[in-house]
Parts: sequence; C-alpha cells; structure tokens
Amino acid sequence: MVLNVNGVKHEVSADPDVALLNVLRNQLDLTGSKYGCGEGACGACTVLINGNPARSCITPVGSVAGKEITTIEGLEKSGKLHAVQEAFLTTDVFQCSYCASGMILAAVALLNANPSPSEDAIVKAMNGNVCRCGTYPFIVTAIKLASKS
Amino acid sequence: MDNPTFTVSRRKFLKLTGGGLVVAFVFKDFLVFAGGASHESPTLPASEVGAWIQIGEDGKVSVFTGKVEFGQNIRTSLSQIVAEELKLPVSSITMIMGDTDLVPYDAGTFGSRTTPQMGTQLRKAAATARGVLIEMAAKKWDTTTDGLYAENGMIVNKAINQKMAYGSLTKGQQILRTIADDVPVIAAKDWKVAGKTVRKVDGALYITGRHKYVSDMHVPGMQYAKVLRAPSYNAKLVSVDDSKAKAVAGVTVLRDGDFIGVVAPDAESATKALQLIDANWQEETGQPSTANIFDYLVKNVGGDGGGGGEGGGGRRGEQGDVKAGMAQGNFRHAQTYHVNYIAHVPLEPRAALAEWTDGNLTVWTGTQRPFGVQEELVNTFKLNKEKVRVIVPDTGSGYGGKHSGEAAIEAARLAKAVNRPVKLVWTREEEFTWAYFRPAGVIEVAASVKNDGTISSWKFINYNSGNAGLNTQYRAVNKQETHIPCKTPLRQGSYRALAATGNVFARESHMADLARLIKMDQLEFRLKNLDDDRFKAVLQAAAKAFGWDGPKMPGHGYGIAGAFEKGGHIATCAEVMINSDKEVQLLRVTQAFECGAIVNPHHLENQIMGAIVQGLGGALFEKIDFANGKILNSRLSAYRVPRFSDVPKIEVLLLNRKDLPSAGAGEAGIVGIAPAVRNAILDATGTALTTLPMIPNGTVV
Repeated sequence: MVLNVNGVKHEVSADPDVALLNVLRNQLDLTGSKYGCGEGACGACTVLINGNPARSCITPVGSVAGKEITTIEGLEKSGKLHAVQEAFLTTDVFQCSYCASGMILAAVALLNANPSPSEDAIVKAMNGNVCRCGTYPFIVTAIKLASKS
Repeated sequence: MDNPTFTVSRRKFLKLTGGGLVVAFVFKDFLVFAGGASHESPTLPASEVGAWIQIGEDGKVSVFTGKVEFGQNIRTSLSQIVAEELKLPVSSITMIMGDTDLVPYDAGTFGSRTTPQMGTQLRKAAATARGVLIEMAAKKWDTTTDGLYAENGMIVNKAINQKMAYGSLTKGQQILRTIADDVPVIAAKDWKVAGKTVRKVDGALYITGRHKYVSDMHVPGMQYAKVLRAPSYNAKLVSVDDSKAKAVAGVTVLRDGDFIGVVAPDAESATKALQLIDANWQEETGQPSTANIFDYLVKNVGGDGGGGGEGGGGRRGEQGDVKAGMAQGNFRHAQTYHVNYIAHVPLEPRAALAEWTDGNLTVWTGTQRPFGVQEELVNTFKLNKEKVRVIVPDTGSGYGGKHSGEAAIEAARLAKAVNRPVKLVWTREEEFTWAYFRPAGVIEVAASVKNDGTISSWKFINYNSGNAGLNTQYRAVNKQETHIPCKTPLRQGSYRALAATGNVFARESHMADLARLIKMDQLEFRLKNLDDDRFKAVLQAAAKAFGWDGPKMPGHGYGIAGAFEKGGHIATCAEVMINSDKEVQLLRVTQAFECGAIVNPHHLENQIMGAIVQGLGGALFEKIDFANGKILNSRLSAYRVPRFSDVPKIEVLLLNRKDLPSAGAGEAGIVGIAPAVRNAILDATGTALTTLPMIPNGTVV
C-alpha cells in the first residue's frame, strides 16, 4: 500500500492490521513517534491524519492508506521549525522529552482547531497525553506562547 | 567490582582522548604515589578516577563522565559548571556520558549525587585545566602567570595586549594532569555561566524527534526480539511446543531453561512467533495480594528488603528512654501508616540493542547504572570486563526504576543465539510486571507531646519500605527509629527519593496530628521543634507565599509539610476543597526548595514542579494491584498516572544559597506533596488519612 507521510509517498508492505506506529518506526525509520503504552492511553505515538490527532499505536496502517499523515519529522518546513516546536524550545519545557513528539503534535492539532484556546481548553485537549516527568505546567505555557505567534 | 589491577596508563588515556590537555579528577592524591616528582602520573587505577576533561588540539572541550541523562538535564548543568571554570560558552562543551569504554567508572546516577559529587569533581578538573593553560601560555610568552587570565576560550596577556586560544596551546601536546581535592574554584557569587538559566543543550533534537533513544536505534542487520513471559511470578515452565513459532519465516527460537525468546527479521514476525509458542506453566498458588500485603509484611520480617534504603537515614536504635518519654507528655498518639507498591512508569520502557563482534559485546540500553549493567553482562556471559561495552544514550526517564539490566541481558542472549544485532523493547505490560516497584511498607509511629509543644518521645518503625528519610529532623530527646526489612512478594527497588516518600508522609502526618492534639498552629509546632535554620527557612518561605495565616473558605483546608532529604530542604503547602460528596479537589500547592547554590534556575524549577506532579500520583491514586503473582493493573489504562487535569495551581519558590555548596534536586522535591495534601484534608474534614494512595476513588472515605 502507499502511505503519504509528511508529503512524501512511500510504498510499504505490511499487513493492514499492523499498527501505523510500527510501520512508521520500523519501515520508514520515522522514530520520532514513540511507543509508550500500545493502547492509545499515553499519546506518545500521536500523529496527524488529515490534520486530526490520532494514536498511531492503535491505528491500523490499512485504514490510513492514501490519507495525509504528519509526524514530528514533517513539522519543520524548509529548515524552519513549526511555531509550536519553536514555542516548546523557547519555553524549554522538557526533561526526558520522550513525550515531546506526541505533545507537540497534539498541540498542533489543538491550535489548528482553536487558534487561541483557554487554559481549560488546553487541559481538555491535551489530557490524553502523559508526561511522566510532570512538565505539564510548562507545556501549557508553551501552547499559550504558540497560540500568540 | 572494579578490578583493582586494571589501570589506565598515560598512553591509553591519551589514546582514548586524542592529544591535547587531559585533566583527570582522582579520589586520592596521586602525586604521593608518583613520588611527588611530577604532576604527570604514570598510571591511574581506574577505580580512582572520577571524571576527566580534555581540551583537544582544536580547542574543543570534551567532558567524560559515567553519569547518564534521564531528563534531569545534567548534560546542561554539568556543561555549565565546566564552562564556568574554563571561561567558555556552554556550546563549546561536549559531554561524553555513560559509555563504559570511554568514561571513568561511576556507580550510577541516583541519590541526587550528580550535582554535589560529579559537579564538584568536574568543577575542580576544569579549574585545574584553566590553571594549566595559563601556565602553558606563560611559558610561551616567557613570562610569569601573574596578570594572565582566561576569557572566552583564550588566555589573555593584557600587558602586551595579546591572546592565545586554548587550541593553540594544546596543539601537539600530550599532557595528562591529575588533580585532587584542594584546587580553588570560582565562588557561586561570581558565577557568570553557572547559576543562570541555560536551555537544554540539545533541546532541538527532542522537539524535532531526531534524538535516538535506544528504542529508536537501528544498526545494519539488526533483528527484533520478544521474550516469553510467565503468566505469574514464580511459575515454572512445564512443557513447551515452539514448532509453530519456528515455522514463521526467518524466526529463531532460543530456549535456555525457563528462558524462551524469539528473534525475527521484523517486529511483526517476532510478535507473531511469540504468540504461537504453546507453553504450559505450573503456577504458584497462595501468593500474597493487595488485600493482605500489609499483614504479610509485618508477619514476614527478615527478608533482604532490597532497594528501599540507599542513601538516607540509616538504621538506628534507641536514644534516651522512649518508654519513659512517652509518659512525660500530656498527649500520646499512635498510628500505623500504610504505603502501597507503586510503579515508576518511565514513558520509555526498558530497551536494549545488543551486538556481538569477535567475542566482544556492545549493548546500548537505558540504565542508570552503565557499569552495573556491564558487570551483570560480565557475570552472565563469563567475559572479561574489557570485552563488554555498555552505552547509554539519553534515555526516556527512570526515576530510580532503571538500575538494572534485564533487557540488556535478554537482548545479548538473543543476539548471541542468532549472531546478529538484536533489539528488544519491552512492552508497557512487561515494564509494569517484570521491572521492580517502589516498596510497600507499614510504618508504625508513636509519639508523646507536651502542652508547650515539646516532643517528649518519638518511636518510628518502618516495615519493609526502607530507611531513607527514616530519621526525624525534629527535636526529640527520647527516640527510636528503625527499619525492619521484610520478605517482599513483589520485586522492589529504588524510587525517586526512595522510602522517604513514605517515611516523610508518616512523619509529617503524625506531626500534624500532634499539633492538633495540643491545639498549636502547624507551622509554629514545626518551627518550635527544629534546630535546622535551612529547614525553618523553607517552611517560613512556603507559608508566607501561600498565605498560611490568611482567611480560608468554608470547606477548604490548608496543610503543610517539610523535610530535609538528599541535601535538599523542602516545604510544601497545599489547599484542598472538599464538597458535600466528600470529593477532594486539590486547588493549589506552594513549595519552597533550597539546595544550596542554584546551577540552573529554570531546570531546577522544572525538577521541583515535576516532582510535585509525580508525587501527586503516589499521594492520591497510584497503586499496584496484585494477586496470586499477577499484576492486575499492568496497563496505562488501568494504572492511573497524573495528567494535565490533575495539576493544581503550583507555585515553586527557589531559595538560592550562593554561600552553600550545590546539592542535587531530582528527588527531595517529591516528598512534601503527599503529607501536605493529607494535612489539608485533615484540616478541612478532621479525617486523618493514613494510607498511600489516599483517595484512589477521589473521595475521603
């Protein structure tokens, strides 16, 4: 099947039931999306499918053939960071950073849908993403910063 | 242990690091061993070298340390410390960390020791290097060192208005210096680079997904592994049929006793093959469960009780006369506190990539103890230490939960079987089940207090969970504080701040109850019983910022708690609101923290904030549920961890004591939140909660 990832078409051979996350990581070497729980409960594997956030660890690859898939590797355009990446970098959010890709993509999806979210809206939209280091307050700060840019 | 006869010769040192100037920090003064004739030691026992710094021929600075980066942001703070002493920007420093072939031996990254110990060693090595560079420049200029100084990678000679770059001084040189303890360093009050907020040094790698954690790594020819797990603890393999698994294209099945693993060219085939293995196990019945764990621990004293106690407290018997002291107070209060097992849940589960080349083994794995895992591999495969290399790329967190090398050993066994590089990434369920837990514990506290607030007797007995934070910092003439190791049904080990999470909870809860008995203000009671001015200072700072004496809404409660732990002084205030359904809402937390001179204010704030958030989980709802050797909530959908919506308004106050040495800050910040919230609930409701987690269902029972 053909996967459209970050604007590039890739021919992949995989059982349609295999998780998108595994195909991204193991076949396309797009390892920015992380495995955290395997059941869509932590958000570390978050990617965008046609602009909407999706848990790639529970998304069968067969269901996204032909759709636009965006991973963390596809946010940077011609050497320029996405405004959300820039805001996370400026705020210096992270500790271990393993949740970073999923957090950033979830935030991108939020800001695409709601360019100036309230703090409550941020918490609600981001609540499925776990940062075990507990950097949530800084993530909220970064999303607010990104919403202003 | 380190082989004492293994030495790092001067030649090897320089071969490892290339030319230039190398300054090694040593634990003993080797000038004595070298006869005092030379600064240059002929050999250095490896076990005596703590860290070294190299200034290469190109002027670049490389710092070699066995510490590892797990999110504490020590790659940044240690760079700042070296940059400060060498008068360089942070970007000129490269940290080489956690690679057993390249860095000096280190026991591991735990116990909040990186900043006070490694930071100090590197500071001294860098200060020495600066001194040597000045000497070298003086020689070149044929002058004395008077008036020469270092600035922005150059030695400056103001008198003749000339500068020499570090690289031009070290070029063509092979100089090895060892330094001991007495070298002068720059005082914190004069810091220009250290003490300031510097962003995570390689932050861009993480927000673009480019950093390769072990679980992301790929090497040519690499295959994927899975390991067959027993259905419960202590189960014995009776029979196994692996024929269907072996029939999957490209799959190898390794069976070695009860260990069964599969390797395949792709991850899906490995998973499929694992599912096709038909194994029969004999399970052990009658194992303890969550329902009877506390009884079980108290009735099964004398186990090895591993893991709960390194670094803190220490066992102690009786001081004064506890029994007589109990009779001297106006009020006596005895209570038993319970602490459940909890899981670290590092977001990156255990992972390892193992590769055998000509009998040499290299394993990339995320462990807090690279040299400890090297030793595990040496013992497992009966190899010389020189043949085993462990490399720890910056890892997706650990919190004390990654001291061991399970995945490393498994990957190495399977790589050996297929004679190819093999990667093994544990599933979340494996991480929940086959790693180790923060110990459960039973803590019995009895105390007596006089009407004037004097503690006349203090008895504190911890079953199983450990001795870190065991000893009270409050004044008590008569006291007994004891840790009793027990047989633990679940594998247990280190955790962030170790047993202090439970011990401080019990102590600070008990202190709150005592204050209420004598109707004394919580803050006043604590201050009255403290001699430690630093502890008093954080309590007062937190209380002031929080508005401890301020008005309180009906149904709201205020709580306070504090501790001195792992070199950090911490005080936490919390406000809760309890509605008519007894649902608890944590509204706000104010936490003051003091760990000496601050190296990086933003990263310190981040650690303290994160510790509060993580601590909330164990305080309110995190709990491992188990029965008959099975973990019943071994998934993230069943084991609740703190999320965005659990976070109250948090205010962090950092007290910067530039006159005091910097202590570590990764752990102590976690111990205050549980007792502060507990005491706030007590204040609001009169209900004294005694079990961690306190409100797994969200309500005060």
